[in-house]
Amino acid sequence: MDRHYVRKLPAMWWLRKRTYLVFMLRELTSVFVVAYALFLMVVIWRADDPGSFSGLFDALDSPVGLVLHAIVLAALLFHSITWINLTPKVLVLWRDDEQVDPRLIAGANYLGWAVASAVLAWLVLK
Amino acid sequence: MAPTDSDLSGRPVVMDVFRFLPDEETEPRFQRYEIPYRDDDVVLDALNHIKAEVDATLSFRWACRMGVCGSCGMMVNGEPRLTCETFVNEFHPEPIRIEPLAHFPVARDLVINMEDFMDKLPTVKPWLVPADPKPIEEGEFLQSPAQLAAYKRFSMCINCMLCYSACPVYGLDETFIGPAALALAQRYNLDSRDGGKAERANVVTSHEGIWECTYVGDCTRVCPKEVDPAGAIQMAKLSYATDWVKSMLLPGG
Repeated sequence: MDRHYVRKLPAMWWLRKRTYLVFMLRELTSVFVVAYALFLMVVIWRADDPGSFSGLFDALDSPVGLVLHAIVLAALLFHSITWINLTPKVLVLWRDDEQVDPRLIAGANYLGWAVASAVLAWLVLK
Repeated sequence: MAPTDSDLSGRPVVMDVFRFLPDEETEPRFQRYEIPYRDDDVVLDALNHIKAEVDATLSFRWACRMGVCGSCGMMVNGEPRLTCETFVNEFHPEPIRIEPLAHFPVARDLVINMEDFMDKLPTVKPWLVPADPKPIEEGEFLQSPAQLAAYKRFSMCINCMLCYSACPVYGLDETFIGPAALALAQRYNLDSRDGGKAERANVVTSHEGIWECTYVGDCTRVCPKEVDPAGAIQMAKLSYATDWVKSMLLPGG
């Protein structure tokens, strides 16, 4: 192999193609998913103490809090949608001699997501 | 009217071709060729025109000219493509930049060294490993259309290695077994006549196997045979993970 020319991928390889960039965004937005899950756990933990709980909510009820939430929402939507769109590739089901429509598998995931969100919204807003 | 050779006087196309002559140079360079082309010329025709009429020192691989042999894969304007299926018209009047398949060592000009892929391919045992060997006298293994449909898509691979050039995981870590080989492993795992799934597990589920895939999905996008290696690898992940959970829950089963 000594006479061969070897090309190395540059550190910024993921900026070279749209498909690579979308992949990288899907991976990076998972950080927001974890971070917001941890944040929600802190909120639940503080719910025991009404003073600290309302203090946290006052702090969030600010332009900075709103902007942060908008960013997190965008990241979560991007992550969830790109993720769910991939599920039919992983889960290939057969009903007798016919493959189950991939859109049905993605659709079931979207439905589950919608139901879970609705239940949560009902719990929080009731 | 069918184009004739007289059309060659018509439109020129500019080709920027990656050149590397290992006996003469240590670094590659791009050489520009301006050649005439016909409407129905593919990039491979243009390269053959250069080789025949302009510069006989240019090296590249090709054989069938009809998208079956998988020899003429190259980077065309940064995308891994079969040059026999890529029309010059797609890019005209822009220059066309031709490079050897990405991520592989370059032997000379557009010729890559494919040893790595050739070494990896047999390690996943891409052939039928019958669960119960049966003598020829007992006849063939029968298969229903549905059993065929379960794996057929993944069996269309022509080993052109475009998927390896599209895969950044392989580009960053050449120990990765890679899309085509892992898709072929899954193709045989899905075959009703095959019983070799457990035998393939050692290699397929190793660190260099399916778990190294992060599902970028570009292999599937560039595949000229619509094999969907990315889908095959994710199916293999689910299938082997399910086996593992079962083996944990049902010891000895």
